[in-house]
Amino acid sequence: MQQLNNQSQALSHWLNARKSQWESLENTLKPTASRRAQEISDARQLLSGYRALLSDLSLSRRVNGKAMITRYLENLFLKAHEEIYRPANHPLARLIDLYHWEIPRLMRELKTAIFSAFALFALGIAAGWWLIGSYPDLIGLLASPKMIDHVQKGELWTDGLLNVAPSSVLSLSIAANNITVTLFAFGLGAFYGVGTLYIIGFNGFMLGGIFAFTAAYQLDGRLFAFIIGHGVVELSVIIIAGAMGLQLGEALIRPGARNRLQAFQETSISAGKVLLAVTPFLIFAGLIEGFVSPDQAFNLPQRAVIGCCSGMIFWLILLFGVPGKSRQQ
Amino acid sequence: MMNNPLNKPGSFQDYLHIQSADGMDYQLEIAGMGARTYAFVIDWHIRLLLAISWVAICGVAFFNWEELRNVFKPGHPGYTGLILILPTLLIYFLYHPVLEILMAGRTPGKRMTGVRLVDLQGHTPGIGALLLRNVFRLIDSLPGFYFLGLVAVAFTGKHQRIGDLAAGLVLVYDNVDKTHSLQQISTLTLHSRLSGDDQTLLLDLLKRWDELASERRILFATQFLSRIGRDIPEASDKQTQEQALKRALKSLLGEP
Repeated sequence: MQQLNNQSQALSHWLNARKSQWESLENTLKPTASRRAQEISDARQLLSGYRALLSDLSLSRRVNGKAMITRYLENLFLKAHEEIYRPANHPLARLIDLYHWEIPRLMRELKTAIFSAFALFALGIAAGWWLIGSYPDLIGLLASPKMIDHVQKGELWTDGLLNVAPSSVLSLSIAANNITVTLFAFGLGAFYGVGTLYIIGFNGFMLGGIFAFTAAYQLDGRLFAFIIGHGVVELSVIIIAGAMGLQLGEALIRPGARNRLQAFQETSISAGKVLLAVTPFLIFAGLIEGFVSPDQAFNLPQRAVIGCCSGMIFWLILLFGVPGKSRQQ
Repeated sequence: MMNNPLNKPGSFQDYLHIQSADGMDYQLEIAGMGARTYAFVIDWHIRLLLAISWVAICGVAFFNWEELRNVFKPGHPGYTGLILILPTLLIYFLYHPVLEILMAGRTPGKRMTGVRLVDLQGHTPGIGALLLRNVFRLIDSLPGFYFLGLVAVAFTGKHQRIGDLAAGLVLVYDNVDKTHSLQQISTLTLHSRLSGDDQTLLLDLLKRWDELASERRILFATQFLSRIGRDIPEASDKQTQEQALKRALKSLLGEP
């Protein structure tokens, strides 16, 4: 009985002595309006409170087991641990780093996969061209009856695009569609790369087939004029997304020294950075496709200049980065 | 050793075990398929309602019926579609990524379910990880109704969908208990010999006491007292018994 009283007194003494420090640590951890305003003294207080908390938590686990006081201290420990160990948050600096050196590095790593995706896409174009050129009746597999009807009447389905929807809405829906295709080309790589092979191969096949079909009616030049303005960036992004999907598939098939999950995670994180970097270009390509491509006021040379310039800027940024000062320097 | 929660047998897969750099080990309870689905259903209803509300409010405020009917027709000004459609799509598709970033791994649905996303260190995930998780939503939702995602949740040790696996995130129960003050917890520690779970149960029961129907109060209090091996006070009428039971519960807290 005497021992129980002594234990109870010790617990009471410990709780009363430590309570104010836990409250103070809890107040330090509360989100403030501005993190920048935190002084060095606050950081010191947090560190010393954290160290004391570690010992309190060990003691509480030993003495009180899973009692609520232990849970309270565990929660406080988690918050303090996160506050101390979380990386510094500088989104703008990280964005600059991304375009300055990270993307060129990741693109170098993706080199083989990009060539493979491009080869697959080109193979798809050639196969589509050959198949539809040899068996024009098969165009029904790739194009809707309405599109076929347009071409057979000697006009492109894109001719009256601006009469169907305004440029702004068109750009929006095109950008959304391109982003979806890009995400699918990458994400389907999670099926050991097979999904990506299908998306890239099929997109190439469709492009080749449609060109072969329009060529039979002498409309291929007009189709090329429609595509050239936005196509360079758009197709480049889809090929890069395909390359990332192939990389993802390879990480699952041949993880190397890592386990499959680690390989999948590492590749996904790298690919996520590239996806983030190319998304603004997809929106830009959507704007060109909505405002320039269907507008008859732009002639072929003008469209070609827009397409080549936008493509060149895109590849220069991705391969060599945006000039500037990064944290690495 | 006996009290170490990390040694709890048969529950290894339902906890995210973490060892900090300071040698302190801790664990977070992983949310399963039920909690995940419940949170998703709540979020789905919220975003759908928000999207519909936007269309309804903007439609009534800025356009007449004829304009609304012609939104997609040729020659109609593009701003109509932009004002109506763009925000609706943004609300619907960016709901999860934006709110997960702003609410530190939570959404309203997750908050109501009591779950949150953490990285493998138990920390709030970064923006990149949350965006990546949402990119894989496309794959998780294949071929429909999140079938692939649910299969992944069912068969992975940490109950992760493909997006979580890619981004290294886990959905865990949010144990932060804001309803019980340090004062209450200290009193309970000093005056009670109850186990941790019983302490939580006791505080929850007393907190909800006024919300419960009379029969439920008596039933739960009686069950709790018998569970911890305490005498159950008897009384002639219901009201007196309720008061006696509440006193018995409060005495466990060290309160009069």
